[in-house]
Amino acid sequence: MAGLNAKVQEVFNEPGCEKNQGKSDKERKKGCTKQLQPGAAAGGCAFDGAKIALQPITDVAHLVHGPIACEGNSWDNRGAKSSGSRLYRTGFTTDVSELDVVYGGEKRLYKSIREVIEKYDPPAVFVYQTCVTALIGDDIEAVCKAASEKFGKPVIPVDAPGFVGNKNLGNKLAGEALLDYVIGTEEPEYTTPYDINVIGEYNLSGELWQVKPLFDRLGIRVLSCISGDARYKEVAWSHRARATMMVCSKAMINITRKLEERYGIPYFEGSFYGISDMSDSLRQTAKLLVDRGADAELLDRTEALIAEEEARVWKALEPYKARLKDKKVLLITGGVKSWSVVSALQEVGMEIVGTSVKKSTVEDKERIKELMGEDAHMLDDMSPREMYKMLKDAKAEIMLSGGRSQFVALKAKMPWLDINQERHHAYAGYDGMVALVREIDRALYHPIWEQVRKPAPWETAGAASGY
Amino acid sequence: MATVVTQRKACTVNPLKMSQPIGAALAFLGLDACLPALHGSQGCTAFGMVLFVRHFRENIPLQTTAMNEATTILGGIDNIEQAILNIWTRAKPAIIGIASTGLTETKGDDVDGYIRLIRKKHPELDELAIVYVSTPDYKGAFQDGWANAVSRIVQSLVEPAPKKKENQVNVLAGSHLSPGDIEEIREIIMDFGLNPVMLPDLSGSLDGHIPEDFSPTTMGGTTLGEIRSMGASVASIVIGEHMLTAAVELGIKADVPYTVFDRLLGLEANDKFLAFLSGLSGRPVPNKYRRQRSQLVDAMLDGHFFFGGKKIAIGAEPDLLWGISSMLAEMGCEIDAAVTTTLSPLLEKIPAKEVVIGDLEDLELRAKECDLLITHSHGRQMAERLNIPFLRMGLPIFDRLGAAHNLSVGYRGTRDLIFQIGNIFMANAHEATPDTWAPIVERGDFGAQVTAH
Repeated sequence: MAGLNAKVQEVFNEPGCEKNQGKSDKERKKGCTKQLQPGAAAGGCAFDGAKIALQPITDVAHLVHGPIACEGNSWDNRGAKSSGSRLYRTGFTTDVSELDVVYGGEKRLYKSIREVIEKYDPPAVFVYQTCVTALIGDDIEAVCKAASEKFGKPVIPVDAPGFVGNKNLGNKLAGEALLDYVIGTEEPEYTTPYDINVIGEYNLSGELWQVKPLFDRLGIRVLSCISGDARYKEVAWSHRARATMMVCSKAMINITRKLEERYGIPYFEGSFYGISDMSDSLRQTAKLLVDRGADAELLDRTEALIAEEEARVWKALEPYKARLKDKKVLLITGGVKSWSVVSALQEVGMEIVGTSVKKSTVEDKERIKELMGEDAHMLDDMSPREMYKMLKDAKAEIMLSGGRSQFVALKAKMPWLDINQERHHAYAGYDGMVALVREIDRALYHPIWEQVRKPAPWETAGAASGY
Repeated sequence: MATVVTQRKACTVNPLKMSQPIGAALAFLGLDACLPALHGSQGCTAFGMVLFVRHFRENIPLQTTAMNEATTILGGIDNIEQAILNIWTRAKPAIIGIASTGLTETKGDDVDGYIRLIRKKHPELDELAIVYVSTPDYKGAFQDGWANAVSRIVQSLVEPAPKKKENQVNVLAGSHLSPGDIEEIREIIMDFGLNPVMLPDLSGSLDGHIPEDFSPTTMGGTTLGEIRSMGASVASIVIGEHMLTAAVELGIKADVPYTVFDRLLGLEANDKFLAFLSGLSGRPVPNKYRRQRSQLVDAMLDGHFFFGGKKIAIGAEPDLLWGISSMLAEMGCEIDAAVTTTLSPLLEKIPAKEVVIGDLEDLELRAKECDLLITHSHGRQMAERLNIPFLRMGLPIFDRLGAAHNLSVGYRGTRDLIFQIGNIFMANAHEATPDTWAPIVERGDFGAQVTAH
């Protein structure tokens, strides 16, 4: 546990994070988020965050050491797609019993690892610590070490029990596990000056595949993606890339920064959402690669591709502009997604009547101000009741948010679009932007609204006759 | 009839089971103006909430005491106090239901004691009902959590009544029933002139309806007043074997006699139920149900051709497994593979050779030759691998619409389920090809039935 506490403190002190560096030492010790309020908290735990970050590695067996709740209540519930192995969608758990809680669960964990390797023969096993097994003192690090030696396979401890903090912390602790045990342990067959890492992209609904063809056309190779559609060995050789693109800002900043520190791999922070952000990401990737020795003609090819793609996408968006102009959007999402989606929606002329900035950094907020002007409606923490009222009073005509708040919009009989991790549509890259706009248009102009908003005939005054 | 086998492997693969606390939480979600909370780390709540949101496609009011490492070791009294006060100020519920988790049970928090202290300190909470139930994640399963919560609701809130209300009956509803099932049961009972109090009543809260205004608590369900009045009922009707303890509690506390119906799926099962209601109410069975019974008999006659000899694999909690396997056996199917989550006296009676307390890996190993797989949505990967038809039953059903309205009780529900399953068999019938009756030598599977997948 002492080791875990040290890790948590280390993760809280993130030199690569501007927000963190703006804090006093005392503030920094408290971590990235407000203390959770009993009875008024929402969101996942550190274990959830670690699982989100690593589960997209497709050929690995993800084994959860804990009672049935942690895996049984949640397995196979995310939309990360795979082009190969399906093993990552198999739920493995030690399902500890009361006896294990009394006598310790280490033996069961060791046997479980053996069973998983014997039956499924994965290239590696990731073992996730949980609250109960952490509390009774099961030393998963020692068990993983012993199992690894005995079975001759990497068995990776992911020490992020739920009670140490929130999802974001879990993302980072998952990153630490990769840094400590995985990255640098394999070598790619060959390398090129055009090899990059994409970090913090989970291939939800296949979004990586919306972007990868663009890199392919430029001759840029995604050497490793952490962790969308990744194979174990690809993550293990990510230290050989020439540059890193960090997606989704803060989730895995520690991996990105330490790759730079340890292996001299420069990085930039970018987004695949929205036309200008997508173009910018391509541009910056090319620039970093050229800085590190790739042929400078890559820059020209990149500009040519951007010009071509932008022309194509604007043409595809043209028919929507008149239909979506001045439509009022309420955008409830976190962090980097706020500004990248804001700019994307403004590109087609929509009006953002509010955006949540709960998880955003000072810089994120500055960007939003730049985009939306000084009177930007940034909402720190909007209650579901307030969202409901805004929609009910038609101060917003559509809400874009995560799955859990969808019913706030739907029960107000207002359009809603899923832009979080369980979504069914892919919105990345140029084609993704067109898909997003098409879905917004479809939601706003859907024929059901007219009918479902009408009261029943017997509920309108003076309508009694005739029915 | 069945041998009950407990899996001895160390690692659970593809869990069928879910944990007790969220079973308890769902029972609390069947109470009106309620806001349940799990006493654990915030992830315990988040996972349960996401699961229910995806199954019911509804907003799920569910809170957490947000325990962390330090508060767990020091004890969670402050967290429980803050959680109750925060919920009370923000949502003004009538009832707060609190379920413990593996985390706080491992530590050994005395939550009953905490609540007594909190009550003493905060007289402003006097009008708020608080029900606590102990539900360690590492014991039992979802269904046990539900059953334990209902027992505690009865113990904590039902009041003995000096005078019985003549037509009032209690219905203790198991976790295997959908909101649609509960609505159907209520309608049947009311058609006998009886006035049922359903506990819990998911048909009020999670049936998918549009409320007038935004609600931070449950938007329907059994009201606190109704629960208190359950002591005045003339009888308790128990739907599901796992609700027996709650019925016994009610008997002890308020002297209400009970009758158990371990399933309402199948012809005879419903005959018994309606005969009982007729006896209790002193009224004849309404024509509506005579007609429905006749329709069910006809459905059985029309359908039996397609069911006979079919091999079925089922993964479900004990009470659901009992209902569906019994009905299918009555229709001529063979229950070739049966996997469940937790112990129950019903398991030995299941019409199968063996019932395994295990996971979906166990079911997959046993289901290879089956004609139909029945389990919750997590069976989807297995069904694809085995290439056999798949009917989703139980919870969660996250990849189909209308889970709240799936009906599997009553004559009508049985009739429609027979049609639904019969149609699956018809759609997957193996058509003959020129080689079907080719010389046995060439076929090489002497005497075996043709299976051309």
